[in-house]
Amino acid sequence: MDPKYKRNYAFNGIAVLLLVGALFWSRGNLDGYKIQIMNLIAVNIILALSLNLIYGFTGLFSLGHAGFMAIGAYTCSLLILPATYKQTMFLLQAPMWPFSVMHAPFFVAVIIAGLAAAFFGFLIGLPVLRLGGDYLGIATLGFAEIIRVLANNMPRVTNGALGLKGIPSYSNLWWNYGWCLLTLYVMVRLVRSNFGNALKAIRDDEVAARAMGINTFRYRLTSFTIGAFFAGVGGALLASLLTTIDPRMFIFTLTFNVLMIVVTGGLGSITGTILAGIVITVLLEWLRFVENPITFAGMTVPGVPGMRMVVFSLALLFIILFRHQGIMGRREFSWDWLFGLFRKRREA
Amino acid sequence: MSLAMFVQHLLNGLTLGSLYALIAIGYTMVYGILRLINFAHGEIFMLGAYFVFWGVTLFRLPWFIAVIGAIVVTSFAGIIVDRVAYKPLRNAPRISALISAIGVSFFLQNFAIVVFSAIPREVQRPAWLVKVIIVGKVRILPLTLVVPALSFVLMMGLLYVVYKTKPGLGMRAISRDIETSRLMGVPVNRIIALTFGMGSALAAASGIMWALRYPQLQPVMGVIPGFKAFIAAVFGGIGSIQGAVIGGLILGLMEIMIVAFMPSLAGFRDAFAFILLIIILLIMPTGLMGEKLEDKV
Amino acid sequence: MPNSDAVLETDALTIRFGGLVAVRDFSVRIPRGSIVGLIGPNGAGKTTCFNMVTGFYKPTEGKILFNGQDITGWLPHKVCSAGIARTFQNIRLFHTASVIQNVMVGARVRQGTTWWHALLNLPSFWKEESELREKALFLLDAVGLKKLADEESGGLPYGAQRRLELARALATDPTFLLLDEPAAGMNPNETQELMGFVKDIRTRFNLTILLIEHDMRVVMGICEHIWVLDYGVTIAEGRPEEIRSNQKVIEAYLGEEYVRDA
Repeated sequence: MDPKYKRNYAFNGIAVLLLVGALFWSRGNLDGYKIQIMNLIAVNIILALSLNLIYGFTGLFSLGHAGFMAIGAYTCSLLILPATYKQTMFLLQAPMWPFSVMHAPFFVAVIIAGLAAAFFGFLIGLPVLRLGGDYLGIATLGFAEIIRVLANNMPRVTNGALGLKGIPSYSNLWWNYGWCLLTLYVMVRLVRSNFGNALKAIRDDEVAARAMGINTFRYRLTSFTIGAFFAGVGGALLASLLTTIDPRMFIFTLTFNVLMIVVTGGLGSITGTILAGIVITVLLEWLRFVENPITFAGMTVPGVPGMRMVVFSLALLFIILFRHQGIMGRREFSWDWLFGLFRKRREA
Repeated sequence: MSLAMFVQHLLNGLTLGSLYALIAIGYTMVYGILRLINFAHGEIFMLGAYFVFWGVTLFRLPWFIAVIGAIVVTSFAGIIVDRVAYKPLRNAPRISALISAIGVSFFLQNFAIVVFSAIPREVQRPAWLVKVIIVGKVRILPLTLVVPALSFVLMMGLLYVVYKTKPGLGMRAISRDIETSRLMGVPVNRIIALTFGMGSALAAASGIMWALRYPQLQPVMGVIPGFKAFIAAVFGGIGSIQGAVIGGLILGLMEIMIVAFMPSLAGFRDAFAFILLIIILLIMPTGLMGEKLEDKV
Repeated sequence: MPNSDAVLETDALTIRFGGLVAVRDFSVRIPRGSIVGLIGPNGAGKTTCFNMVTGFYKPTEGKILFNGQDITGWLPHKVCSAGIARTFQNIRLFHTASVIQNVMVGARVRQGTTWWHALLNLPSFWKEESELREKALFLLDAVGLKKLADEESGGLPYGAQRRLELARALATDPTFLLLDEPAAGMNPNETQELMGFVKDIRTRFNLTILLIEHDMRVVMGICEHIWVLDYGVTIAEGRPEEIRSNQKVIEAYLGEEYVRDA
């Protein structure tokens, strides 16, 4: 094996160990609020990586993430909520079989949630992926809205507008970062393989890709379905993290936040997505202060509701207008790049 | 269902449909010229509604003046949105401009929350518009006659501008081929600004009438009508003004009629339009009156 | 019984766009191992013929036989996996990908392992992936781009982009290659090199080659048989010297200038 590969494997291992150490440390030293933010970072990275696969690497402008997340969140919640608890929570109408009795351990529930989202992704992708560009965006947005309306109007499955409450909060740093690493592994493997080359080829020039024997529709569908799977996983983890879900949570804003991370990080950059996932999640939490009353030196400045999203959307506009390639563009952080940098320094 | 009920539903459907149609025209004109889904168009609609009621309640303007003023201010807002958020991206990939439009949409929504607050506001309506007239067995709200009539006049005015004036000729030229039009001396930027201005004026008119019909103001009030109007534009064939009008009317009528005939589906009301959208895109992507676009190999 | 010595046979291919007949009754028979040309003035329908053969357009009438098999109406990717590769008149590279990635995408159609092999980290996947890499490097070497393997393809000079497109097409392991104006934009030296190269790959890779070209030196220099299109109609066919002296062709296409030069 190439010594470079060996070195990179070693460094990847060290990075994972450092992450594990950091998680251990934060469990003992950070308060609940900060831990919650760390959890959200992991979930947002999962969601953004999956959208980056669909949009950044395959060039499918999809606005359906909230829909996949909703499917994942509801599936997982219904699987981990105890059956007796479901009976008492469903006030409007009794839950329908099999949703009333189904149960699974958390890990299995998350996988099933992902598979459910992937299944819907496959079904909706089958017709809509023939569309290109903005039409695809609108069609997938329509799909997400339909899911939300369904969630609102199927009280025997989703408990309607009341939503699900008291979802067991199994989701913790280990689960979230474990899934995050798994997502990362899948993305890196896919994108670095020749399959990934073919995806990028479709993004760059679909006509040429077809002439080179690529069944572009199948590739798009595969990429879309894998992306939907991880969006479902993200939704599932989020449901268990927040312990409450309702249809109003899955409005377009949710998709917008994920899109914002992808665009900020750079379309087609995995490390950019991770970086932006951290920055944007922290920023979104930090901006909550803008909306709360601030007491400073005895004076109370009232909070301004809506200000958070004003700042946030302005930030997106700023990025798309002045740095549309995002933080990283299509580039990636890699050990090779890092060591190349050191070598140059030494030579200079 | 009695005939009287049916006529009432028909009028309601026509009212809703003409409001959709007015918004849809803005989508279709901008798409025709720039191939951009102006995501912020629903927010322009919302601004129009707020401006008028600000004029009336805050500045104590007479209704007529407030409406005219709000339409003018809103059309400038539309032009500014284009200048700031879309114009710099004319040569960027098309999706960049779309993301920018999504950003503007969120910005305006939340800006409205900051300025007008998220609390829904009641709208004081002029009494004569809501005084029920009874013709035979049909109970008619004057509003349901005024809205379609006024919309019709506005659409005729727009069609006149597009088909009978020089700037209208410029619009049609640009929608064919923007670069050639530029070479032929069409003042492209001015025409684009005019397009945004006119589209926004119609959206403002629609927003004002919407607020009279459904008397409540909310910063997010433009989202769902915006989506639906866009779907109407796609249904009619994006790029075609007549198509947008027909699409809007059909969509409005369909929505009212489905709920009227099948009340159990009322909760799914907002899903109809999206299901329709997906069906249209699949079986008839060019819509009723659109032109076929082909990929060049 | 299909004719075994013909790689491609078309029978009265006709395509209409709306009311316009773009190509009418296009019938060719291309012998195995030959280099043949398709010429005609701009807009004569040459690229349209390519698009029909490679599955991008569906002919309104007529049949396409490839090695005796009816491939009319097949989708482009199936046509490619059957063994027909092409280049484009306006170069169409995967511009954000590196040079070698472009070629590897070409080789993808012959790859057995796929995405879930990659996820499971199977040895068979790694083995095939490195074989493809070797193959890509070999092809890049053949077109003289091996040193630039890791450069971004969008940044290559024009001539190199044309050669890369060729390498990418070869990576699909074709038996029949369609070249759309391979010499466009090349200087006389490069053109000369290209002619040698085309002849060379024919023998090295056992190819049959059909090319569209405006540069008459190329066409007359390497083509064994030529078809001439004008307004979608085949107005002449034959060996280069026959075409050269064909009155119709001279009128329709070569024009006075060529007559004067000759």
